[in-house]
Amino acid sequence: MNRPLQWQIATIAAIRPETPGVKTFTLDLPDWMPHRPGQHYDLRLRAVDGYEAQRTYSIASAPETKGQVQLTIERINDGEVSGFLHDVAVAGDRIEVRGPIGGYFVWEVPLGGPLMLIAGGSGVVPLMAMLRHRAAAGSQVPARLLFSARSYDDLIFREELDRLGADGSGLEVVYTLTRSQPSGWRGYGRRIDPAMLATVAGPLGRTPLCFICGPTLLVEAAANGLAEIGVPVSRIRTERFGPSGS
Amino acid sequence: MADDFVTRGFVGRRQITSAANTQRIPPGQHEVKDFPVLSAGPTPRVPLDRWSFSIEGFVREKVSWTWDEFLKLPARQFTVDIHCVTTWSKLDTRWTGVSVDTLLEHVDLDPRAAFVTAYTIEGYTTNMPLPDILNGRAFVAYEYDGLPLAPAHGGPARLVVPHLYFWKSAKWVTGLRLMDKDRSGFWESAGYNNHGDPWKEQRYTGD
Amino acid sequence: MEAVDDDLNRAMMLDGNAVAGRFFALFGAEMTANLTECASCGQDHMMGALLAFTHAPGVVLRCPSCQAVMFRLVETPRGIYFDARGAAFVRIER
Repeated sequence: MNRPLQWQIATIAAIRPETPGVKTFTLDLPDWMPHRPGQHYDLRLRAVDGYEAQRTYSIASAPETKGQVQLTIERINDGEVSGFLHDVAVAGDRIEVRGPIGGYFVWEVPLGGPLMLIAGGSGVVPLMAMLRHRAAAGSQVPARLLFSARSYDDLIFREELDRLGADGSGLEVVYTLTRSQPSGWRGYGRRIDPAMLATVAGPLGRTPLCFICGPTLLVEAAANGLAEIGVPVSRIRTERFGPSGS
Repeated sequence: MADDFVTRGFVGRRQITSAANTQRIPPGQHEVKDFPVLSAGPTPRVPLDRWSFSIEGFVREKVSWTWDEFLKLPARQFTVDIHCVTTWSKLDTRWTGVSVDTLLEHVDLDPRAAFVTAYTIEGYTTNMPLPDILNGRAFVAYEYDGLPLAPAHGGPARLVVPHLYFWKSAKWVTGLRLMDKDRSGFWESAGYNNHGDPWKEQRYTGD
Repeated sequence: MEAVDDDLNRAMMLDGNAVAGRFFALFGAEMTANLTECASCGQDHMMGALLAFTHAPGVVLRCPSCQAVMFRLVETPRGIYFDARGAAFVRIER
């Protein structure tokens, strides 16, 4: 339980665009250790004159991927750190990170389920680590992901989620697009509300283990919505990302 | 080793201050053009018909104003530079409000009154020696840049004490309590300097 | 416009997860799953669930049930002030 938490110098092994405004940074870590899905790394930038900026970024990859972690990061308007990562950093660059950190917003297969995951925008990142871990472990824990994004193109990891949702392991992925929907869209087209939660979470029974992550206002609305449909507050865990990105 | 590490290509986003203004920026500060919102808690909502401002404590008689009464007090425009302990400074901010001197004309101060605690609708407090709010050094503002003060910035009204770090300019202020003894406020009792003079860089306790 | 402005502080609000790294550095261990009791209302919450206000001169952690201030964390050149007067206790798991 007690290990020192030290800064280490990671190397960016690869940068991959996911959606307009979102990129995945694969980091080689000299002191990699398996993380618990849901945990994050602190990332620090330092200028020549000593000025520092630091942020926390959730790990997108499963702990089963060894030696490396993937941080999937949204470019925030005027974001000092995300702007740097998106616009300046290149593969081969070195960056200071510290982690993995977190003990509350974490899920691993032994914790069981059923699992109700709710994501708003880039809030899907820690939940993706949970789902990738679930798949790597061959788990059949019943799970639902309700993923809210502004538009179809903003659905980070959509192709992989569609695949995971069709692999017969008991995971169902439901999207809701709040600002614009492609023609022919038959899915949800509104903000998360108790009626939507009742429909999506219903098959999971009365007390699923719930993890909600995304912009603060969405997280609060979803948590209140779950409580309203009878999920015990003790089964709801939240991670607020602050205001939405743009 | 990690202490010397410099991130390639990172310079940070800091405003370059014009040469004419450099002496208006206290040590360790940098100028910003936006107006950052800092808060220790959620924005309180204050219906104006329940708002009041009081001066109490070591005064002969407590005095209070309702919102309507407060707006009838002589007010003026103040243009001041403000300096936040988190290192940002903003020059030439424009406010409309009532000078604390004007407010104090309505009370008789007890001769033992030596300090003041500003208190707010939701429990935040900050403290100062009495002279720091006299002689034009402080005002209660209800307009910023010609518009009603936004709730996120302390509206309906906030204290503004520009010569001290801006945590002393209590948002959502509802009164001043005159005291004979100094009493540390919210940040002063949690590691920040009791006085907070930006020109002496009095940021933390012990500075 | 008014709604956005009023909600600005709330929208910027985070939770104990955001300061997990600082807690780890301070306590030498993961703290977010540890239980703490609010001295104001008596409700128990995990540290990770506390409301966190980080856009401030220090970090302020508030009770999710009653909003009372539970912890203040200020990093100064001479040390870290950790004010816990708003918490009745923290139960640190082995």
